[in-house]
Amino acid sequence: MATLKELSTRAGKFSGGHRLCPGCGAGIIVRQVLAAAKNPVVVACATGCLEVSSTIYPYTAWNTSFIHNAFENAAATISGVEAAYRSLKRRKKFGLEDQEFDFIAFGGDGGTYDIGFQSLSGAMERGHKILYICYDNGAYMNTGIQRSSATPMGANTTTSPAGKKIPGKTQFKKELTDVMAAHYIPYVAQAAPSNWKDLTRKVEKALSIDGPSFINVLSVCPRGWRTPEEKGLEITRTAIDTCFWPLFEVENGTDYTINYKPKNKRPIEEWLKPQGRFKHLFKPENKHLIEKIQKHIDNRWEMLLRRAGEID
Amino acid sequence: MTKRIALTGNEAMALVMKQINPDVVAAYPITPQTEIVQIFSQFVADGEIDTEFVTVESEHSAMSAVIGASAAGARAMTATSANGLALMWEVVYIAASCRLPIVMAVVNRALSGPINIHCDHSDAMGMRDSGWIQLFGENAQEAYDNALMAVRIAEHKDVMLPVAVNMDGFIISHAVENIEIVANEDVRDFVGEYNPERYLLDVQNPITVGPVDLQDFYFEHKRQQVEAMKKAKNVIQKIADEFVNLTGRKYSFFEEYYLDDAEIALVAMGSAAGTAKAAIDELREQGIKVGLLKLRVFRPFPAEEIVRALSHIKVVGVMDRAESFNTMGGPLFSDMRSAMYDGEANVRMINIIYGLGGRDITVTDIKNIIQKVKDVNNTGKIENLVIHYGVRE
Ligand SMILES: Cc1ncc(C[n+]2csc(CCOP(=O)(O)OP(=O)(O)O)c2C)c(N)n1
Ligand code: SF4
Repeated sequence: MATLKELSTRAGKFSGGHRLCPGCGAGIIVRQVLAAAKNPVVVACATGCLEVSSTIYPYTAWNTSFIHNAFENAAATISGVEAAYRSLKRRKKFGLEDQEFDFIAFGGDGGTYDIGFQSLSGAMERGHKILYICYDNGAYMNTGIQRSSATPMGANTTTSPAGKKIPGKTQFKKELTDVMAAHYIPYVAQAAPSNWKDLTRKVEKALSIDGPSFINVLSVCPRGWRTPEEKGLEITRTAIDTCFWPLFEVENGTDYTINYKPKNKRPIEEWLKPQGRFKHLFKPENKHLIEKIQKHIDNRWEMLLRRAGEID
Repeated sequence: MTKRIALTGNEAMALVMKQINPDVVAAYPITPQTEIVQIFSQFVADGEIDTEFVTVESEHSAMSAVIGASAAGARAMTATSANGLALMWEVVYIAASCRLPIVMAVVNRALSGPINIHCDHSDAMGMRDSGWIQLFGENAQEAYDNALMAVRIAEHKDVMLPVAVNMDGFIISHAVENIEIVANEDVRDFVGEYNPERYLLDVQNPITVGPVDLQDFYFEHKRQQVEAMKKAKNVIQKIADEFVNLTGRKYSFFEEYYLDDAEIALVAMGSAAGTAKAAIDELREQGIKVGLLKLRVFRPFPAEEIVRALSHIKVVGVMDRAESFNTMGGPLFSDMRSAMYDGEANVRMINIIYGLGGRDITVTDIKNIIQKVKDVNNTGKIENLVIHYGVRE
């Protein structure tokens, strides 16, 4: 595993001067992920906050080769890049015979869980040697905070607004990490930038594997979550400590490992409370919703522990 | 060294793709293109070719992957039809705007709905304004030849635009023809190696492809695409001139069939041009002065050359194998009338929309169509600007 010093020397692949909001999780995640990559990187990025903030022509924040194609096809695009690499290497073109690369795609939850899901699933099934990173901020932030299938239950978004009759999003979030594990690909993980050692280790592991890998990373969005800019990583940590966002990895579809077990699993209120998007849940008439969410979280955590063999 | 063999259009296309030996092919099956994918994958499975063949889960991903591959520095190809092309539509534009020299075989088929697997040009017309060069062939030979030339056109430094090689579904794709095949080594020499100036896998020079391009630059970039299209005309001709040395087969923007002394003429693209030639042969024997302009290059539209070729004609019947629903005729008709508008000559035009969804078009039909053009010439009156020929009213 790379030391902090090593990581910091490799941190320049995504430069400052991008126009992500202050406190945005996406930039922090990209820097950590790219720092963990040892080879030259080719990045494919889905349309979304990360892409539109980092590549406003004629500028670019990327010191790696970068391609943005459309919203839903980062996985297919990086598949094409990786296929080209294999072909050109075999054909001894451009001096690629001894040149290794890391192929990494980034997509927001909208571009990954929803519209880009087919392309992602296809790329994973085909077995390209690529790493797909979803930065999951739980909504379509770039178009103004609309709900996605990753939006947590109860969240107030612009298309699942908390109103007089409907208290925000009524469905639980899709657990995409599990769905990706069901592809039986070599490596799937869930991580967060607050736990940088865990995240960078997972990226290193994913990139060392000869096949496809997927890491789902929780990404704070101060604007969409209605949280203070400077509190992002602290709030991210409560996601982990409440088990809203467990840190785990799955190898070859079946081999689950829990990477972090909170000593005292904190109540879900502690994750919900600091975020403006959940404010309405704390009205007395919505108490049952918080209970419902807590129950869901508990069930899921238990299921993960069971899969990881931590309980029978 | 050339040899003649009997092949269907799809077999010819798969064969030429094998001979071109692209670095990457990504494709998804759809009738009537499916065979191309099947035959090509057999070549790969038998180790006859070492192209990286990416079996994507949709046409959207086929075009997306080909864009990734081409941007990475690979020579990349795909093939599709109808709804497959429609599903690619979003990314088809992106391929052109990224100036990626992708070559795609389009086996023309009617767009749904209603669902229909047979030939018309509605799929090709759907990508009309996407910034791709679009070539049409009359038969399998031309589809084969166009594919070879397409690689050179697309990759030419002045152009750097993707090229669609159209052939009519079933009529060409599934009919067996004797075609002349260029020898492998000649294909290799003709297409040469693809050496892009900039590519993602250039470790020394990382690049950003597909950035956000707002009010301050988008317009300029579109303008540059137009310039590339304009330059493509020279390049298309130059490569056709080289091609004639290789094969003896002469190509230009269009073929003029008995146009010199014609009074009336048809304009057509694709397989119907062959049928039209047969009809014209018969009518010429009866002394009717009719000719044909068979359009090969639909984008860029060779307007000046068309005006020159048709300026002496009295009435032209433009044959469209697609509707545009503007209620003033098909897409080719709009372009044709627009091109002729500023011409010196007073060429009159009518539009014949035919063959939608694979409705058969025979020599007799074409003779009937020519009669309608002739009627306008005789009476001087256009009774119907747009005729939906062969439809039950
Ligand atoms: C085909 C298509 N549909 C819709 C859009 C509009 N759009 C652009 S970005 C975006 C939301 C992105 O959300 P997400 O993937 O979650 O990333 P985030 O902005 O949150 O970082 C949408 C809906 C688009 N660009 N393309
Ligand atoms: S809106 Fe949210 S996701 Fe988008 S840049 Fe701002 S903080 Fe980041």
